Amino acid sequence: MAVVRPPWQERTPGWLQVIKVVTIAVILVVMAFPFVYVIVTSLAAAGSTQVGIFPTAWSLDAYRSLLEGGVVSRAMLVSIGVTVVGTALSVFFTVLTAYGLTRTAEMPGGRVILFLILATMLFSAGIIPNYLLVKELRLLDSYWSLILPTLISAFNLVVVRNFFMNLPDEILDAARVDGASEWRLLWHVVVPLSRAVIAVIALFYAVGYWNSFFNALLYINDTSKWPIQLVLNTFVLQGSPLSQIQNPEIQPPARAIQMAVVVLATLPVLIFYPFVQRHFTKGVLTGAIKG
Amino acid sequence: MTESRIDPAASATAPQSGQFRPSRRHSIWWRILAFRWHYLFIAPGVIFFLVFAYVPLLGNIMAFQDYSPFRGLSRSPFVGMDNFVGIFTDPEVVTALVNTVVISLLQIVFAFPAPIALALLLNSLLSVRIQRLVQGIVYLPHFISWVVVVAIWQEVLGGAGLVNDLLAQLGTGPVALMGNPDTFKALVVAQVIWKEVGWGTIIFFAAIATIPTDRYESAAIDGASAWRRIWHITLPAIMPVIMLLLILRLGAVLTVGFEQILLQQNAVGRDAAQVLDTFVYFRGVLGGDWGLAAAAGLFKGVVGTVLVVLANKLAKHGGGEGLF
Repeated sequence: MAVVRPPWQERTPGWLQVIKVVTIAVILVVMAFPFVYVIVTSLAAAGSTQVGIFPTAWSLDAYRSLLEGGVVSRAMLVSIGVTVVGTALSVFFTVLTAYGLTRTAEMPGGRVILFLILATMLFSAGIIPNYLLVKELRLLDSYWSLILPTLISAFNLVVVRNFFMNLPDEILDAARVDGASEWRLLWHVVVPLSRAVIAVIALFYAVGYWNSFFNALLYINDTSKWPIQLVLNTFVLQGSPLSQIQNPEIQPPARAIQMAVVVLATLPVLIFYPFVQRHFTKGVLTGAIKG
Repeated sequence: MTESRIDPAASATAPQSGQFRPSRRHSIWWRILAFRWHYLFIAPGVIFFLVFAYVPLLGNIMAFQDYSPFRGLSRSPFVGMDNFVGIFTDPEVVTALVNTVVISLLQIVFAFPAPIALALLLNSLLSVRIQRLVQGIVYLPHFISWVVVVAIWQEVLGGAGLVNDLLAQLGTGPVALMGNPDTFKALVVAQVIWKEVGWGTIIFFAAIATIPTDRYESAAIDGASAWRRIWHITLPAIMPVIMLLLILRLGAVLTVGFEQILLQQNAVGRDAAQVLDTFVYFRGVLGGDWGLAAAAGLFKGVVGTVLVVLANKLAKHGGGEGLF
């Protein structure tokens, strides 16, 4: 890859070059090494010992024993369900509300509504009033308590609205002249043009639901409905033993099992991250109008 | 106005927002009818914000009550400012408040500038590929839950973790890096830097990328060194972004990583790790002292909102752009 130094820029002195390279290398190791170490530890086989950071024998037994059923399997299913349903609903209602708010200048009451929504970014009612609301709505111990209170983020709403408002008017007006209803316009014209921004907020929502810990701690008392993050906290951080090993013949080290839970609780993020990360940098409006 | 927009005066039928662009010239009913789809679209969202952001505000009434869940908000007796007197005379609240402010200030001093420094370093690299690689890796922990982050740190730095294993093999005694109350605040700040430095770096890096290169070029021709170019061109250019994020950070001065601290409180004890949010949780939700905990929460919320507004005023006063 060609590295081009602009002609006006002086050559970096050697000692500074060295400092930069070392700094970058240290940062990369500090950021990435813990992930590598956790994954490696989770792959230790029964009876293996550790040499340096690596186990002497490798196996997937820790994962096998966790996914054969029991607490961790069920928690994974709960987390996947909440994340999929929650993200779908959040994206749907965020897009719908954002589009409805693109004409606040002309719409009677539009500015007031927009202000009231934006203002919610500046305050929060607090833990206790929120808890009582969920209790009064009879949502305690319901999966909906993990979705409804965080259904729409005002921040994501603003991001999508700004994106919609920057779409060229000509495209929308052309569709309107062709007789498209606002509903059709939104789903057949606006949304396809906004895939990048929708992918980004979908990632934000999905990560939020997947990682949700405190809301679940607060609202879900029934341990059989716990998402993976709560299970992780109980078995790895608080150190309660995982009494769910189905098959006594495979008995991976306790530490491997714990780290396998950590990997499972991180896996979806690791899988989707590179895919959506492209959209962060992708041009915002490229391809909206061709020619 | 383009030709395609039909003048509503010429159309006798009901208004179609699809056929024209309603403006302030038209009567209010006409405009409401024209935007009927838009009202329908925002209805669920408006209901959401009313129910989940505005209705709970009413719950703060209990900060002025001797609240009990059996009597509810409507029948719990009012006690005036008793709960507020209570929180400021409770030594646990004072500890929590001090811990919160100290951790917050440490974060503003050490964690806030870290991404600015990293963004400047990245920008000084010539290889785009290395820039992308570093961004991709440092940004990742932002998306990982605090439970996972604490578990990972525990595995590397904890009592039975890798570092202490290696130290034991070298014959050195264990070092309490995770469960030590004396260094807990430093640990919290280090974890925040590890988890969030990438998030800030992406923002600052994007801001730096918008600076036109000819500014650097002419400065270089005038004999400005690389350091002077950073100081006189880059930093002033990204100052609005820095101020914006600093305003938001100041508004959250009483909010320090609640989950992060809750998860590690067992290990270091409450004296070192009690912050306002954990106090509200333990005293209110778990302890049943609803009124007092709600008062502490309300105090925190009001201070936070006032600080954002003040910081914003200050930024505008100083000639900056402000947030709103």
